[in-house]
Amino acid sequence: MDLLLFLQQLLNGISLGSVYALVAIGYTMVYGIVKLINFAHGDILMIGAYCGYYAFTWAQGTASPGLAIAFAFALAMGISALTGVVVEKTCYRPLRNAPRINALITAIGVSIVLENGARVLPFMGPNPRQVRIPEALTGVLQFSGLTISKVQVLTLATSIALMLVLTLFVQYTRTGKAMRAVSHDQQAALLMGISVDRIVSITFAVGAALGGAGGVLFAMNFPMIDPYMGIMPGLKAFVAAVFGGIGSIPGAMLGGLVMGVAETLTKGFISTKLADAVSFGILIVILLVRPAGILGKATREKV
Amino acid sequence: MLKVESINVSYDTIQVLHDVSFHVDEGEIVTLIGANGAGKTTTMHTVSGLIRPKSGKVEFLGKDLVRTAPDRIVRMGLSQVPEGRRVFANLTVLENLEMGAFTKRDGKNAERLATVFRSFPRLEERKGQPAGTLSGGEQQMLAIGRALMAAPRLLLLDEPSMGLSPLLVKEIFSIVKQINANGTTVLLVEQNARMALSIAHRAYVLETGKVVASGDAKELAESEEVRKAYLGL
Ligand SMILES: Nc1ncnc2c1ncn2[C@@H]1O[C@H](COP(=O)(O)OP(=O)(O)O)[C@@H](O)[C@H]1O
Ligand SMILES: [Mg+2]
Repeated sequence: MDLLLFLQQLLNGISLGSVYALVAIGYTMVYGIVKLINFAHGDILMIGAYCGYYAFTWAQGTASPGLAIAFAFALAMGISALTGVVVEKTCYRPLRNAPRINALITAIGVSIVLENGARVLPFMGPNPRQVRIPEALTGVLQFSGLTISKVQVLTLATSIALMLVLTLFVQYTRTGKAMRAVSHDQQAALLMGISVDRIVSITFAVGAALGGAGGVLFAMNFPMIDPYMGIMPGLKAFVAAVFGGIGSIPGAMLGGLVMGVAETLTKGFISTKLADAVSFGILIVILLVRPAGILGKATREKV
Repeated sequence: MLKVESINVSYDTIQVLHDVSFHVDEGEIVTLIGANGAGKTTTMHTVSGLIRPKSGKVEFLGKDLVRTAPDRIVRMGLSQVPEGRRVFANLTVLENLEMGAFTKRDGKNAERLATVFRSFPRLEERKGQPAGTLSGGEQQMLAIGRALMAAPRLLLLDEPSMGLSPLLVKEIFSIVKQINANGTTVLLVEQNARMALSIAHRAYVLETGKVVASGDAKELAESEEVRKAYLGL
């Protein structure tokens, strides 16, 4: 095996994995707080991707590329956060005390509504669209034999920055601490005067905003978008969250990187066709060997 | 200060509280004693707004609590130390105390923290440690300190002696007495009737969801029925 090729694929994998990590954080945060696998989270990625697409199209020639990119992320994260909060309030909150399977089925329903809603909306539509990346981001950089595209540089920089900000937020802010408190014991949090409803909303907003940013990055790397584009990366990010230990934010970050690297290495050295099989094979293996995930705590289900 | 009038509370179809009434006046320590399953925790949860009664009234400082959200109730000055401590095991001791002061944004939390650390020096020594690594007694102290960080006017304590050694139980009860002496009204739920009656001013006896006796704590401690049923004499 050629070392340089290996390093190249590793680099590509880390770049892809950082996007999975961003999306996986949304799964893991929501699960940590309301114990729900939000299967509509992948479609938030799609919504973010469309926002990025419109922002880039609109910004062609009208603004500086830096501004266009910043606008794309702001729009994607804002609209995604709003969608996440609205979905939680209207679809999941009424089911908070219902059996968990009800909310899970609802999440699948929300996912179908978002995908098909995007298909019928006149300004989105069922056809795939090509994303036109701002000129400033086309091209590659070379160093000691390795090639990295400018889009990949942006991908890594953006996802690392977002994950850093999130970590600081959860670790050091009053709201971040309240999130951790609520994820440990909702009733005790209520007794501290923490408004659990508000914390749940904020969690959905933050998770969806990161998912939306992931969507923009995914669209730029690909660079195609369509209403179903969220399904596959959504599922892989879900596997990443389970791999790292669902509920654990560092776990989701690690899981995302592992999924990205596993995918590109499989594509590069084994077979493109096998890449998805390997991704989901990881899920099966982790569920068999260490169901709590790599960084998850082995806790029994509360009854 | 707190007035509970004929509350009826059910879980699904099973009614566990039947016309329970009691009151707590400012400055008092009132205890609610009763065997396991009598409905003590259910009563506490109803007062804190975690459960809604099917009928009856709960009033705190003249305001209705039945239709008030739990976080609003804390803001009104009523805090609870829940049964089984329920500290946030994944947060540090200091972070737990900060969560206790979640509703307080008046810039006086440093003072409150200093007061809590004065009452519980062990917590200061361990402030950077995850709460889950504390011993049972330390966790109980943290749970009490955490509730005090909200500077409550009325403090509810649900079985603070549960699972603690006799020596620690004594310590916890003397702290409760001290908290009361410093001006906080206390509603104390206990299975350990002897200890509870020894520090309380008044008491209510709860039996399968009904108040079956009430009165002066000393008198109750001497009454034949209570001695037989709850003090094992
Ligand atoms: N969440 C619940 N669902 C159904 N029944 C409950 C629940 N919590 C308590 N109970 C029942 O209500 C009764 C009173 O319980 P509780 O208030 O916890 O009593 P205590 O605190 O005095 O031990 C018990 O019979 C208990 O089994
Ligand atoms: Mg109890």
